[in-house]
Amino acid sequence: MIYKFDFSFLLQYWPELLRGVWLTLRMTLLSILPGFAVGTLCALGRIYGPVNLARAIKTYVELIRNTPLIIQVFWLFFGLSALHFRISALAAAVIALVVNVSAYTAEIMRAGFEAIPKGQLEAASCLAMSRRQMIWHIELPQAVERVYPALVSQFVLMMLATSIMSQISADELTGAADLIQSFTFRGFEAYIVVAVIYLIIVSLMRLVMLASAAMLFPRLRALRSPL
Amino acid sequence: MLFNLTPEQFFYIFRGAGWTIVLSMLGVAGGVLLGIPIALARVSRHTWLKRASGLYVQINQAIPLPVTMFVVYFGISIGGYTVPVLVAAALALTVNAAAYLGEIWRGSIESVPSTQWEASESLALSYVQRMQYVILPQALRISIPPTVGFVVALVKNTSYAVVIGMSELTYSSRVVNNTTFQPFVIFTIAAGLYFMMCYPLSVLSLRLERIVRQA
Repeated sequence: MIYKFDFSFLLQYWPELLRGVWLTLRMTLLSILPGFAVGTLCALGRIYGPVNLARAIKTYVELIRNTPLIIQVFWLFFGLSALHFRISALAAAVIALVVNVSAYTAEIMRAGFEAIPKGQLEAASCLAMSRRQMIWHIELPQAVERVYPALVSQFVLMMLATSIMSQISADELTGAADLIQSFTFRGFEAYIVVAVIYLIIVSLMRLVMLASAAMLFPRLRALRSPL
Repeated sequence: MLFNLTPEQFFYIFRGAGWTIVLSMLGVAGGVLLGIPIALARVSRHTWLKRASGLYVQINQAIPLPVTMFVVYFGISIGGYTVPVLVAAALALTVNAAAYLGEIWRGSIESVPSTQWEASESLALSYVQRMQYVILPQALRISIPPTVGFVVALVKNTSYAVVIGMSELTYSSRVVNNTTFQPFVIFTIAAGLYFMMCYPLSVLSLRLERIVRQA
């Protein structure tokens, strides 16, 4: 059997693809900062918090990291609708992504905090810094700098994971391909096109995040040392 | 009746869990088979092998697994073949896992101290001998904890087979939810089953890491 490739659907369906890209990007961008913030707070809670809090956070991290995102999304989305909570698919997707990526970020940031040399903390307490000042001015900047590449990889993985949100009817990029497939029966071509678009998004995301490293970390810039 | 679910519905969910295990095993086997040549190509002396395998890794780490699932699924069907959906899902997992495992193993091979390479070279060992007797045995030790860690990710990744309608755990729990509409009960059971598969592996990976680091 000879199969003729046909990409002519692009002429008609490019607005759907564009809308899909936009939704994928929105989900990702909306989840990055809250995910990072919650993850960092969890890491701090595990290191400095009372034993019970640390234990609770550990349980949360292990539960999230050992179950698939899609089950978490279903649990939240279908669960909320069973409670007659009306919530948009985008909101459900963002909440699930934040809850999910926070657990991974917490582990990454914990490693970052624990890798800070003791001398730094001793110096900070010699300067009579409060715990809060110490975390904000000494620990956080150094920890982020150290684990930045791991954070970038984690957020790229999170962007890729948004591709299952079409399962709860948030029509992101993969959802756009599903739609084209069902109208044109050109499934193979549609998903190849979408795969190429994901490749471009990943490259741009890495580029932007690594370029912003120069802005975020003045110390590295001053030392001209690579990340 | 437990949680207002019939025994048949429970059985259906558990059967899905069984298929998740089968799919995971196929994915691990395929990922190892394809991942080894990719890791070796990544550290090869031939530039074109390095580039080609690097490209494979980069591309596959940038494409979401559900999209890979669809591409493989439709790719097989336009090739004129009809295969069970399990085979398509296992192939997609293989393609994806090989990229990640290849990269993990490349890191392990490269983390063998360079003096080991130099010493084996001065003993006039050939490239194959050097790899076989000196580098790979040491790299193997280093690679085991992150490999087990990746298997956890792979088990979770099998849930993406739901997009092509493979009846694994995510699919079967969704079907049961569609008929009973008790999302909290059903997806908590599903999450619990995934947790029971993944958590022991996570703990194992952490312990092995400690052992390797101490030695």
